[in-house]
Amino acid sequence: MSADAHAGHGHDDHAHDDGRDHGSFKSYMTGFILSVILTAVPFWLVMTGAIENKNWAIAVIVVMAMVQIVVHMIYFLHMNTTSDAGWTMMALIFTVIVVVIALSGSLWVMYHLNVNMMPVHDMRNMP
Amino acid sequence: MSVSTPTMNGEAPVFYVADEHDHPPGQSTLFGFWLYLMSDCLIFAMLFATFGVLGTSYAAGPGPKDLFDLKLVALNTTMLLLSSITYGFAMLEMMKGKVGSTQMWLAITGLFGAAFLSIELYEFHHMIHEGAGPWRSAFLSSFFTLVGTHGLHVTFGTIWLVTLMVQVAKFGLIEANQRRLMCLSMFWHFLDVVWIGVFTFVYLMGVLR
Repeated sequence: MSADAHAGHGHDDHAHDDGRDHGSFKSYMTGFILSVILTAVPFWLVMTGAIENKNWAIAVIVVMAMVQIVVHMIYFLHMNTTSDAGWTMMALIFTVIVVVIALSGSLWVMYHLNVNMMPVHDMRNMP
Repeated sequence: MSVSTPTMNGEAPVFYVADEHDHPPGQSTLFGFWLYLMSDCLIFAMLFATFGVLGTSYAAGPGPKDLFDLKLVALNTTMLLLSSITYGFAMLEMMKGKVGSTQMWLAITGLFGAAFLSIELYEFHHMIHEGAGPWRSAFLSSFFTLVGTHGLHVTFGTIWLVTLMVQVAKFGLIEANQRRLMCLSMFWHFLDVVWIGVFTFVYLMGVLR
């Protein structure tokens, strides 16, 4: 696939092979159809209330979002482990780690702050 | 490439890369732009974290169920997704070196982007008109910051797209313009990735909660 995409334009005169994949009509359409499915199903789930249990519904739409992000990364952003000798992937992995730490840390700490340190609404039930 | 240890046979040590190999102009632009996108990703992550923390603080004001119209959000999502695939088609035409069809797909992408922005502005206007502006509660402050930042990115992306269409019209699909179009491609698809997070965590989970 990569070889076909490279043949048509002037990338062959580069000193380095950048290992970049520019996609094809087929890969773009695959990504698009997967994205449509992964977008339509969560909207349908929430708008019709097809899953009674809220926690299950949240779990399903979050998983679908994660999968769709990966689909976009592969088919639209052409992520692979070879472009720029793997540094693109390294930068992505580093960012994902920082994002996960920051997001989960913020939510975790602030949730406990809310639960443990703001008893305003429960004061009337106190002895 | 030389190593900076003094040699025994009397040669002066070399502390820099002596044999500069060939770097064509713009070779590292795409990687540099990718690093910019990663830092942009951190900005959005912080805004998501802020929304995650403040998203349930309504200050006795309206909540997601009162404010969000999922049909409108679904339409908005469709616009952005369609603009992503049409940008992809523009890139494929660019690879083939066809100026006309590249411009046509770029124009269609720009129109979808503009449609997305119009729908979002309509939504914001509607909410503010109902008194649910960013000043109303912490939930709405964080909502407008997160979704507004994304909208600003799309706005600048659209301006960039128009700029590049002028460039392509003027100079054709030269190497530099191809590189610029590839950068915008990454930017555009990246914004679509961020939007996946927005519609899932802000709109769908907001309505579910």
